[in-house]
Amino acid sequence: MTWIVKNLWLIPALPILAAGLSSLAPQRCRRFSATLAIGALGFAFLVSLCAFAHTLQPGGHDGAKEVFNFEWLQFAAGDPGSLKLGWVLDPLTAVMLVMVTFVGTLIFIYSVGYMAHDENFTRFFTFLSLFAGAMLGVVIANSLLLLFISWELVGLTSYLLIGFWYHKPSAAAAAKKAFITTRIGDVAFLLGMVWLYSQTGTLLFYDQGHGCMEQSALAKMVVQTTSVGMAVSTAIGLLIFLGAMGKSGQVPLHVWLPDAMEGPTPVSALIHAATMVAAGVFLVARVYPLMGVHAEGAAVETTALQVVTWIGAITAVFAASIAVAQNDIKRILAYSTVSQLGFMMMGLGVGGVAVGMFHLITHAFFKSLLFMGAGSVIHGCHEEQDIRKMGGIRKYMPVTFLTYAVGMMALAGFPLFFSGFWSKDAIIHAAYGWSVSHVPFYLGVAGAFLTAFYMTRQMALVFWGDYRGHGSPPPPHSKLPQLIKVKSELKPHESSRPMTVPLVILAVCAVGLSIIGTPAWPWFQSFLGSHHGEGFTYEVIKIMVASTLVVFLGLGLGLWCYGRPPRQTAEEPDVLVKLPLGMHTWFARKYGVDELYEMTVIRFNAWFARACAFLDEWIWGGAVALISYALLGLAWVNRAFDELVINLGFDQGCERVSRGGQFMARLQDGRIQNYLRVIGVALVLLVLFLIWGGAK
Amino acid sequence: MSGFPILSVLTLLPLLGGIMVVGLPDRKLARSFALGFSFLSLAQALGLWHTFKAANGGLQFVERADWIPSLGVQYFVGVDGLGLLMVLLTAIVVPLSLLVSGRVSERAPLYHALVLFLQAGLFGTFTALNFFHWFLFWELSLIPAFLLVRLWGGPQRAPAATQFFIYTMVGSVAMLLAFLAIFLATSKPGGAGVFDFIELGKLAARGALNPALAAKLGWFELTGRQIASVIFGGVLLGFAVKVPLMPFHTWLPATYAEAPTPVTMLLTGVMSKMGVYGFLRILLPIFPEQIQWLRTPLLALAVVTIVFSACAAFAQRDLKRILAYSSINHLGYCLLGVFAVATAGANVLAPAVEKAAALNGVLLQMFNHGLTAATLFMFVGFLEHRSGGLRGLNDFGGIRKVAPVFCGLMGIALFSSLGLPGLNGFVGEFLIFKGVFPLAMCSAALSVIGILVTAIVILTMLQRVFNGPLNEKWSKLPDLTLAERALVVIPIALMFVLGLWPRLILDVINPTVVQMVEQLKF
Repeated sequence: MTWIVKNLWLIPALPILAAGLSSLAPQRCRRFSATLAIGALGFAFLVSLCAFAHTLQPGGHDGAKEVFNFEWLQFAAGDPGSLKLGWVLDPLTAVMLVMVTFVGTLIFIYSVGYMAHDENFTRFFTFLSLFAGAMLGVVIANSLLLLFISWELVGLTSYLLIGFWYHKPSAAAAAKKAFITTRIGDVAFLLGMVWLYSQTGTLLFYDQGHGCMEQSALAKMVVQTTSVGMAVSTAIGLLIFLGAMGKSGQVPLHVWLPDAMEGPTPVSALIHAATMVAAGVFLVARVYPLMGVHAEGAAVETTALQVVTWIGAITAVFAASIAVAQNDIKRILAYSTVSQLGFMMMGLGVGGVAVGMFHLITHAFFKSLLFMGAGSVIHGCHEEQDIRKMGGIRKYMPVTFLTYAVGMMALAGFPLFFSGFWSKDAIIHAAYGWSVSHVPFYLGVAGAFLTAFYMTRQMALVFWGDYRGHGSPPPPHSKLPQLIKVKSELKPHESSRPMTVPLVILAVCAVGLSIIGTPAWPWFQSFLGSHHGEGFTYEVIKIMVASTLVVFLGLGLGLWCYGRPPRQTAEEPDVLVKLPLGMHTWFARKYGVDELYEMTVIRFNAWFARACAFLDEWIWGGAVALISYALLGLAWVNRAFDELVINLGFDQGCERVSRGGQFMARLQDGRIQNYLRVIGVALVLLVLFLIWGGAK
Repeated sequence: MSGFPILSVLTLLPLLGGIMVVGLPDRKLARSFALGFSFLSLAQALGLWHTFKAANGGLQFVERADWIPSLGVQYFVGVDGLGLLMVLLTAIVVPLSLLVSGRVSERAPLYHALVLFLQAGLFGTFTALNFFHWFLFWELSLIPAFLLVRLWGGPQRAPAATQFFIYTMVGSVAMLLAFLAIFLATSKPGGAGVFDFIELGKLAARGALNPALAAKLGWFELTGRQIASVIFGGVLLGFAVKVPLMPFHTWLPATYAEAPTPVTMLLTGVMSKMGVYGFLRILLPIFPEQIQWLRTPLLALAVVTIVFSACAAFAQRDLKRILAYSSINHLGYCLLGVFAVATAGANVLAPAVEKAAALNGVLLQMFNHGLTAATLFMFVGFLEHRSGGLRGLNDFGGIRKVAPVFCGLMGIALFSSLGLPGLNGFVGEFLIFKGVFPLAMCSAALSVIGILVTAIVILTMLQRVFNGPLNEKWSKLPDLTLAERALVVIPIALMFVLGLWPRLILDVINPTVVQMVEQLKF
């Protein structure tokens, strides 16, 4: 085993160590904390590069998995009772490692600028480092349990970072909502995991033929059926997928992700765009052998993968349509993320690991770019997030504008030069060839159209036209210097260097990444080991042209609606309000999913809790009280019987005795004359007695 | 076995300490003496842990002597992995509780003496293997607990203490009667019956207990099996009240809420484990057939305990009551594990492995819950002290701003209670579910609702107390003092250590659990 495989644990351990150290540091050690976090993650990036290079070596590729397993604990006799954990180095891991550490490092650097004035700066980097470590743990895990452990830690750090500005009630509520919503999925994940464990006797993915993702274990599971007639492998796969749905914000568990934008923008970029939310997609890719395992002779797509496809496709369109009518710059991006995650899931379902993962990687770059650009805009506009109150920003923030435009083109899938085009096209192409149904293909196309449309809308409202915030900005060459000075404080301004440099680097990547996954040179696909080698066939080009047309349609319509003429004031209504059937209202209200949950799930929970408390207090407690009162009553009856029947006779006897006693007491009242009187009388009586007796 | 009666010394030491402390005139002196004794016990327990031969798994440090030969009563003590774990837990929680008892000023010598008596009762209960003196210690632990609640508790202490006492007393009486019946049934002509747990377990495993019951106890023409069930019911009641299993739990929230916080730490940290211990030591080995027969309703009760208590916790508004219900919830998982193993598991691939997983999980959960719950109550105690007695869910808000260390550390303890991986709570719960799921799939699937609701409860607590805008009333709320930090750091560090390296405990208990599973005949 080579050095790099043995020491792969260093990659997550370094950031976690950094987090531990800086958690002990006092708040004033800002520079220490930031340097430590960036240094640790940067070093992890270098190690990741080594790991990546290792997987590139001849002999070590083509889906080869190198693993390192160790025993964590022993919970029963012998080998079946030994719970092993471990890590794996394969192309999937390597690609994710490089992406997470690279994007992470850039976002860490960006955060130095973004969070510069925050009083809890040190704590912020502690949480960020902990997050990075946990996320890298998810990536390298060769055991579903280790993956789950890291997964939950990722959830924890996400909770902490969403609620980083804990004094805002909305942030505190959003953090809680995120944790609980993802926990719903995680609970299913836990069940799937213990089920898998009981079926295969191991949670290691790969273990020289004995792992749970390897042929012998899968073959065993696929032939067994559950009580509802589903193959055990499918049931387990679906339970695990529920976990992935929670983390990756798939419908109907997507509600937490837009609210998660309450966190600081670097957090949104890192956790809620590039890495954590993609962990669900990564999980599905990791357990893909389980999801895709066929019974002997079956030729159709497996049920599990069909579910993945449908959920993904529905999410892609559903979230994209909501994004059309949002006005918060980060919320638009959040719904866009949900939608893109849907694309990735769909890609996994219809096209396999490489298709989904390619979009995951390209999306990580351009979406974190967009979020960081949005953060830069928000910073520049004095914490304004409403795009209706922006406009004309391109004049004030040229670097942000240019990089944002690159990200927007990539996300919208502008043809040929942007990575997003190629990765999204691969998904749509795969959906076209899906044997079960064509509906996901159409949903995907619709999603692509909506994506181009809402991104154009956002671009137009933010960067074109005139600045609409805080009244109109002064003309550039005003002759009133005094006024300029006052006004210029309200004007947007370009962000500092630590914030713009990462933007530029990411923008370069958003363009450059396209070269690794085009049909002409599908290096990425063959690297992940599932390429069919088509090249530019007629069909590929047909789909490319079609999706290009769709994208142009979206861009054009967006420009037509929002660029001609640009919005003049912040208050005027949106163009789409004219849509029939009150569609805009539905979009703007997010189809009322939150309200629906509020009315059903949350209310039910509260009601049930009250019912339980009531049961406790009045039914159980009442029964106890009843018994105790019955016993008390019995005691009273008993006492009454005692006092009235038994004691009465006794008491009367006692009374006589006591009267006698009183009489006797009166005799002894301590007066000498009485005593003398008695003694005298007694003496006389005694003498009389003796005389009488003596006579005898 | 060495000749030194180390377990008797373990039990006698706090007893002696209690007698000494009660006569001391001064509060400070009493406190330092009591602390000294509890640390001695801790050192002794750690020594036991160290010298215990883990790989052996069976009973060790055994002492056996005839006590009342005519009744067949032997003085019989010994520990296996289970007993040892509980001894260690007791030895850890008692000094923690004493350390935060510094604010007890009234009749302090008596208070400290009672805590030591309680500790002696607990040590005795966890080491005794003969019903006779086991029961003495079981009751001995109850009386100091009652007095501690009754004399030093909150405003509603009188009804709470009475309820606590009567409830557990009823359970105890039922258990006593049950064991007397067994004693009568197993007595040989002209000889004495069996009080010995190990012996009774062997009888039951041979299937000799039910016929003996039928032959000796001709109650209303009941069969041996029915009589055994009645007796089982008696013992079950005793333990179900103690754990508690719903619906025998109504004493608990009131008692936990009204008891002074250090005493609540003892109640939840250790005394609640007596019930689970009883299930493992007595009910499973002696009444396997009855448990198996009643398995489905018992599992249902365990699920109800888990889910309902978590939901009831959500409806509470007093931090101590929330934690009390959450405590019931956590012990519910233990009972789920205990009941789930009471099956042959014919349709499970590897029943022995799953059962061992579940039981190891139960043991871990007992220890971890003891540690975590005690720590949480300790934090609430700190908070209560700072707020002048207020401890409502809505009395605070945003205190993270003024007391970041307090909130950070209590947050860790809360997440441990939530079962976050990386902290101690997770390992036990994971192993329980790993074992229970194949053995009792529906119960496991329903019980995860409890996990979910617990998360909601704990996060709501974090949200209302720590987060949000600072309640101006508490803008001067002091953070943890250095002494308090030094105190809480110990359990918090243990949470991390046990969460990351559970082998520390598992390696000691696993051989015992494996033996238990082998001896369980279903």
